[in-house]
Amino acid sequence: MAAYLIRRVLAVIPVMLVVVTLVFLLIHLIPGDPAAAILGPDATPAQIEATRIQLGLDRPLHEQLLKFYSRLLQGDLGRSYFLDRPVTQALWERAEPTALLTIAALLVAIVIGVPSGLVAGAYPGSVWDRVLMFGALLGVCVPGFWLSLNFIYFFAVQLRWLPAGGYASIFVDPWAAVRYMVLPAVSLGFNQSALIARIARSCMLEVLQQDYIRTARAKGLSQGVVIVGHAFRNAMVPVVTVIGITTAILIGGAVVTEIVFNIPGLGRLIISAILRRDYPVVQGVVLVTAATYVVVNLIVDVVYVFIDPRIRYG
Amino acid sequence: MGKRLLRNPGVVGGAAIFLLLLAAALAAGAVATHDPTRLDPVNRLKPPSARHYFGTDEFGRDVWSLVVYGARVSLLVGGVTMILTSVGGIAIGLAAGYYRRLDALIMRFTDGLMAFPAVLLAIAFMAARGPGVWNVILALSIVYMPRTALLVRSTVLTLRELDYVQAARALGSRDAGITLRHILPNCMAPLLVQGTFIFAYAVLAEAILGFLGVGVPPYVPSWGNVIASGKNVIREAFWVSLFPGVALTVAGLSLNLLGDGLRDTLDPRLRVQG
Repeated sequence: MAAYLIRRVLAVIPVMLVVVTLVFLLIHLIPGDPAAAILGPDATPAQIEATRIQLGLDRPLHEQLLKFYSRLLQGDLGRSYFLDRPVTQALWERAEPTALLTIAALLVAIVIGVPSGLVAGAYPGSVWDRVLMFGALLGVCVPGFWLSLNFIYFFAVQLRWLPAGGYASIFVDPWAAVRYMVLPAVSLGFNQSALIARIARSCMLEVLQQDYIRTARAKGLSQGVVIVGHAFRNAMVPVVTVIGITTAILIGGAVVTEIVFNIPGLGRLIISAILRRDYPVVQGVVLVTAATYVVVNLIVDVVYVFIDPRIRYG
Repeated sequence: MGKRLLRNPGVVGGAAIFLLLLAAALAAGAVATHDPTRLDPVNRLKPPSARHYFGTDEFGRDVWSLVVYGARVSLLVGGVTMILTSVGGIAIGLAAGYYRRLDALIMRFTDGLMAFPAVLLAIAFMAARGPGVWNVILALSIVYMPRTALLVRSTVLTLRELDYVQAARALGSRDAGITLRHILPNCMAPLLVQGTFIFAYAVLAEAILGFLGVGVPPYVPSWGNVIASGKNVIREAFWVSLFPGVALTVAGLSLNLLGDGLRDTLDPRLRVQG
């Protein structure tokens, strides 16, 4: 197992190399001269030339790339043109809302998705199964950002139960933080709960066909005991992997949800950076989210080995 | 095969809804009741009525006509993205599956590409390239191509060990001939299933990009753009964002029903039991 874990950790390196290279290339996707595009139409040729040199765009491509790697290894993502501070600092200031929103949405997705899927899978063909799976199909198709708007209209504008948008830090005012977080977390988590429910259902169906379940039934255990005591834990194993995929989708979705609910996180940061042509910030946000995804998947793979002792990667 | 497809309620229902949307998009000029770009400030924010089925937006544009014309953008982006990801995925997947040296390189590259959350990668691409329908299509094709490439690759890896492929090789067929005649046709069913889902993702992603203001330009009627303008007036006119969202949900539902149905019919190995 140690050998597997070491190999799994080392596998992160090539993936991150590709990620960093793609993020680096982003600035070269800008049509025409990136320096001119960054400065906008009012810049003088002298200013453009100065920016070209400051960005290192006058050097050969491979030299720029090596410089990008070496700066990154020192934790330097460049400076934000507009915010006038290091990109790492801007990212750090905006990370908390996005992280909390993602975690809250993940909890919503798990709390709704796992029980629905397991119940539907334990009683296939029943009324519960049909109702839950129709809900899951709708859940996959309803766009999360549009669901958010409907929530705002219904719960904030009409019923006035919850605020229509905004953010409070959970470390400063926990009650306000929860009130602000309910609508964003539910609308972001709902789509993913549908995905989790579908997978949990098919895992449950598969587990219930195993020999040890038949044995448990044959020795006279009731349906409830078989499902809770024998099937549930085994059906959960593949569901853990899905949570890794879910996290990546949630980080992407959080960007959109933040815009709808006016939450000052990484999503608002990248969208305002795009409008100001603040490319180092755009690169920073994209890099941080991709790195988070890689790390989450690493953790999921490691956890997977511990919860399923049958897995012994050779 | 045809009969089995027609007996699957998901395929029939999904295809019927989808064809209806496609017909509305193609005949938008006849289905729309107004010019979707015509501003009519006197009639701004009017609720749904016999004259304006879905009401009007903050500029007095007819929401029904905006939704009908928006279907054009959505289906164009979805359809072309599906075609581009399939063609690109076949080329990359076949190369990776058949030439082992290329495989490691291509796999590292797709792993890296798939580490980005799909929406964020598309946003970053649009940030560099600027708004426009073709940039949206290009962005989404790049984002989703690794998925089709991985699918084709894994199909090739399974098939190349099968007896009939070994037999073809023993008979002296060249790599290219084996790939095109014996392997590619067997990739088609899973590709069609996945293409349907990619179509659905692309329609949704196009709307998200438009909603964020980094998709097709704001003056082009698209579902995402209309939902974005509805966001600003949600307190007084919920219908502006409601109806394009319903259209988006219906489009997603039709493609998901079709995709699930096609998978169950064409590729029984992938069927979810029960």
